[in-house]
Amino acid sequence: MSATTTAVGVPARAPRGGALRAALLRPAGVVGLLLGAVVLVLAVMGIFGLTPYDPAKQDVTQSLVGPSGQHWFGTDQFGRDVFSRVCSGLANSLRIAVVSVGISGVLGILIGVLAGYYGGWVDRVVGVLTNVLFAFPSLLLALALAATLDRSWVTVSIAIATVYLPIFARVARAPVLRLRHVDYVTASTAIGRPRLSTLFAHVVPNMWGILLVQVTLSLSWSILTEAALSFLGFGTPPPAASLGGMVYDAQTISAVAPWMLAFPGLAIVVFVVGLNLLGDALRSTLDPRSGGRR
Amino acid sequence: MTALLSLWRNTFVRRVLEAALTLVGVSVLTFAVLRVLPGDQITASYGIEAGALSPDQLASLRAYYGIDRPLVAQYFSWLGGVLTGNLGVATQSQQDVLDMTLRALPITMELAVLSIVVALLLGVPGGLLAASRAGALRDNGSQLLSLLALSVPTFLVATALSSWLANRFGYNPNGEEFATLLRDPALNLQQMALPALTLGVSIAAPVFQTTRASVLAIRDEDYIRTARAKGVPPRRLQARHVLRNALIPVVTISGLQFGFLLGGAVVIEQIFSIPGIGRQVLLGMTQKEYAVVQSTVLVIAVLFVLVNLLTDVVYRLVDPQARAQ
Repeated sequence: MSATTTAVGVPARAPRGGALRAALLRPAGVVGLLLGAVVLVLAVMGIFGLTPYDPAKQDVTQSLVGPSGQHWFGTDQFGRDVFSRVCSGLANSLRIAVVSVGISGVLGILIGVLAGYYGGWVDRVVGVLTNVLFAFPSLLLALALAATLDRSWVTVSIAIATVYLPIFARVARAPVLRLRHVDYVTASTAIGRPRLSTLFAHVVPNMWGILLVQVTLSLSWSILTEAALSFLGFGTPPPAASLGGMVYDAQTISAVAPWMLAFPGLAIVVFVVGLNLLGDALRSTLDPRSGGRR
Repeated sequence: MTALLSLWRNTFVRRVLEAALTLVGVSVLTFAVLRVLPGDQITASYGIEAGALSPDQLASLRAYYGIDRPLVAQYFSWLGGVLTGNLGVATQSQQDVLDMTLRALPITMELAVLSIVVALLLGVPGGLLAASRAGALRDNGSQLLSLLALSVPTFLVATALSSWLANRFGYNPNGEEFATLLRDPALNLQQMALPALTLGVSIAAPVFQTTRASVLAIRDEDYIRTARAKGVPPRRLQARHVLRNALIPVVTISGLQFGFLLGGAVVIEQIFSIPGIGRQVLLGMTQKEYAVVQSTVLVIAVLFVLVNLLTDVVYRLVDPQARAQ
């Protein structure tokens, strides 16, 4: 099905750094980077408490005030500043996305690479385990895990990491299957370099492009998953701000205070669109066949 | 021919065995998660009063529920129960989980079918349009739309749409008690419309991308060039040669998405108060009905594996290449 293999079955050696630079020069890459930068600035404000108001501070005299110079995104029913809460919600999303993709990426890639490289029973066992994890719809699995563990941002990250681990394993395994019989890999083991060392010196460095695309896309998925979990009440516990939880809170009073729904919603969309654009730009640069070819 | 057939049977048998092995793994994992859960059947049925039980009472209760036996024995007796249709009982409502599931499943199935129909109606023509002139405005425009559909969370669209309709037009069919398709088709379809539309739009994105990519890949195939050289009229070439082959991967992606919808519609079912299987899991979680959660998740996973297997079978039936391999 996939058409990533070239005629002789050897993938083109991905240029280091070059592909990243090329991707960022595409329109999608530029827009993605800009959106990402906006989100990052807001999230950093949230992380370091540089928001105009304390995101958790209630002020009933200021409840449900529309967007103004004082409160850019308005206030919620408790008089909390929505802009400050969006910043802190973005920080929360970013933290969970980075931690969960970090865990699932490192473990998943390691498992996938080893399974692909050593083959045999290692590969078969990993195959069965990933199939088992894939049998559960991702949101449901995350939900079941998050509900089982105590509610905190750490457990949410672990739940999301478990869901994405098999995806990373599968994505990392495929290119290894192609690369392990390439001449320079065979040559490396032939001259006596240990197999494990060959794997990390000659195989893994050649797949960073595919993995980078996967990391970008996984970040956007994990943000959506965290938002859905928080929306359902199984994500980051209150009073900490989470974008999904803010959308949930806005549900019943969106007729009176549409800004309570609009701004957290917009924050999620901008974040995810930015990451998806970056991922798309990277993918089209690394694999020209997936892009707009004639 | 017979050799090819037996080879195909072999890969088919292998695929079935793989699915069976996956199901065993699914049951072990589901069972293990239940054991990890804080609290056991005793705390589930006695609540905080379980703390007041004497050691003797606890021991006899543990024997009664069979949780004093070795884990392997417990697993097999649990599995035996599941295989004979004993999915447990919801402690608060005293409802049989099998009955609950059989009631919820058709509702989720209906939602999934409607969503797939919406997705196909949007994704396939969109993919064909985009591929008809790759790189042109229509291609870039529809690619951007599909990226948006992937990026906007369904719960956001659902919340915004339903509250807008309710506030502006006072239209909120989901505020009424849920009607099944058989009892009140008119109300049922109204209640299903928004959820199916929301889910359908989000699933249209992968359908669109698959259609587009596969049309583009097939257009350059040798047999298309041959057909064109032979003088097959463009319209016939599109319909008989390109479209027919390009839609094969679309079958696969639709099957995968259908399987995903069986459990993945939980957020939409929750927002629109649709008593489907996803909502059953969610209610089980909030009410701490672990038997409900565990059995329902197991049912969903089993269905998911079976739907994927079926998709694979259909794929092999419609794709001459896969048949030949």
